[in-house]
Amino acid sequence: MTVQFKPAETFRDTFTYKKSPEDLLRFPFPFPEDSYMYSVNIEPHVRGGPTAAFQAVFDIDEHYIAECKERARVLAEDPKRCQVLPHMMTAEWDTLELIMESLAADYPEHFTLSKDGDAWTWVNRPLGIQQSFIFGKAETLPCGPFEYITRQAQGDFTLQDQREDNLFVDGGMVTTQADWSLEFDIGMSFHEWHGPVPLAHEKGVFDRALKYLLRLQYGQPVRRLNWTMTVNPRLDTSPENYPVWGPDKASVTPQNVADKVHLRVELQTLYRLPRSNAILFGIRCYLTSVADIAKVPKWRRRLHRVLRDLNPDIAAYKGLPRFREMVVDYLAPLDDGAPTSAGIAPDIDKIEA
Amino acid sequence: MTAAQPFSVRVREIVELAPSLKRFSFEPAHGGAFPTPPAGGHVLLTLRDGARVMKNAYSLVSPPSERARYDIIVRLVAQSRGGSSFLHRRVAAGDVLEMANPVSLFPLASTAKKHLLIGGGIGITPLLSFLPELKARGARFELHQLATLEEVPVFERLLAPYAAGEEIRVHGGGRAAFDLAGLLARQPLGTHVYVCGPHSLMDAVASTAAALGWPKGKVHKESFGGDVTGLPFRAVLRKSGIEVEVGESQSLLEAIEAAGVEAPCLCRGGACGQCATSLVEGEADHRDDFLSAEEKAAGTLIMTCVSRARGPRIVIDL
Ligand code: FES
Repeated sequence: MTVQFKPAETFRDTFTYKKSPEDLLRFPFPFPEDSYMYSVNIEPHVRGGPTAAFQAVFDIDEHYIAECKERARVLAEDPKRCQVLPHMMTAEWDTLELIMESLAADYPEHFTLSKDGDAWTWVNRPLGIQQSFIFGKAETLPCGPFEYITRQAQGDFTLQDQREDNLFVDGGMVTTQADWSLEFDIGMSFHEWHGPVPLAHEKGVFDRALKYLLRLQYGQPVRRLNWTMTVNPRLDTSPENYPVWGPDKASVTPQNVADKVHLRVELQTLYRLPRSNAILFGIRCYLTSVADIAKVPKWRRRLHRVLRDLNPDIAAYKGLPRFREMVVDYLAPLDDGAPTSAGIAPDIDKIEA
Repeated sequence: MTAAQPFSVRVREIVELAPSLKRFSFEPAHGGAFPTPPAGGHVLLTLRDGARVMKNAYSLVSPPSERARYDIIVRLVAQSRGGSSFLHRRVAAGDVLEMANPVSLFPLASTAKKHLLIGGGIGITPLLSFLPELKARGARFELHQLATLEEVPVFERLLAPYAAGEEIRVHGGGRAAFDLAGLLARQPLGTHVYVCGPHSLMDAVASTAAALGWPKGKVHKESFGGDVTGLPFRAVLRKSGIEVEVGESQSLLEAIEAAGVEAPCLCRGGACGQCATSLVEGEADHRDDFLSAEEKAAGTLIMTCVSRARGPRIVIDL
């Protein structure tokens, strides 16, 4: 079934973003069990996971057009949201090739890539784009190859250069982020970038994750889910824009909590790139309101238990204290105490009206 | 986005470059295109000579833009382990072989101001994959290839497509006549050196560079790596009541899965901790980043995705 795009929905001001029942069921719910703690939850990024969000290399859903428009708007206001250091030009082309080939293979009804040697033609039907260019010649594209293709993809991307047994964030397109800044982080090493995350450092999570990623093999991408919560379906919660979205938190009340508070999930994917040996890091953001999650019995039980028992340091780090209690109070009567199955699958194939 | 499974390749052409050097071109046996070859990447070929199975790694020499075929160059060595002589003598155009997804353990540094490439003999092969990539980047480089006198014209021919206006030299005068220290000493700051060839040459480059004060991160040696491989062993799965043979290039986890036993796992790379399994008997060769030094020393847990047995047999609680 082809998706019905919703080009007019918004992720700011009017917040007309909404999920269809099909879109809700494909949500990559982030909790495989009833409690949460940091771990190196990385697994091979193979096709076919517990929900439809894992069916493609780069997932496209009904919000595709609206998200690309939102990205263009953020970039128009703040061009520094996309930056790539000059030594990453080869990785830029690697990224363009990987995303174009993957989208064309996974969604032939929407995207077509044709090649005649280095002369490539890219067709993006949802966005009404047809572009001929020479692979390897940046001047034949309207902007750099990394910016060009990530303007046409959902989710943020960063480029990691590998050197001296470390990874450096040497490029990125970051407009849908959970409170971190490319402008601030560009050029940082792996540990600098991850900053002080409570408990994760003590548990050695980052040391192990770095070692694992340094060995990441070409052709064997990996993925993990990360999560936080956001008030309103706002994609751009950047530190630069804190004055705009910070006050949202104070607007949550027991009456509006279910519609206002969203579980914000990042489907993070990592790919070793062939020419540059860099790592492309995809951070695909999915927003689902607590009210929508409550429509799935397993998910509402589990979200209730996870938030109720969440370690306070983690809750504070994720910025949840202001509304966590309200979400728990909303979900508590909806949790009948029944056991939940392992894993993240919704266990239903239809949302009851 | 499938986990890298081996694929079938058909030998499309074999070209004799010299009496002991052949270039093999492969195409996907079932049509389509290969993945973009990584610069400095290699592939593992599985060669079956009757009951004997050999797995040999060969550098890809075709450029990243070439997806219809993969090329390797194989030298016939007198004391060949078998793979090279099998390829030279027994493999013909049209044959179908098994090849693993390309791996890149010898990449080009993106921050190098200049790339100095040094090859010895057949060590020219990864350098040949660097050249089109360096040209595409417009990067500054210099190449020195050591060769026997007979090989000089062969290597010069292989390098000719990239030679115009570049510092590329083939040295036929032997190692003694090659001024390695002088070459390294006159490189501008920010140069990275890459060497592939006999161990003696790679060690000489590494030690000479170190003596001249080159930082370690700027010296790169060809490596075919291979983390999970090792001697074969037998694992007894106590709960399932079966025994599995773990082959040389197979992980314990893969052998368990191949036997139809479901085993916990997530990252499959020694980082997440999911696959930790009680070790009841035998000693583990720990290769993971998950267990602490104390846990490894205690010897009661094994991470099945990467670790192996030290010895012929272990018993695990699965
Ligand atoms: S599967 Fe992750 S450590 Fe073995």
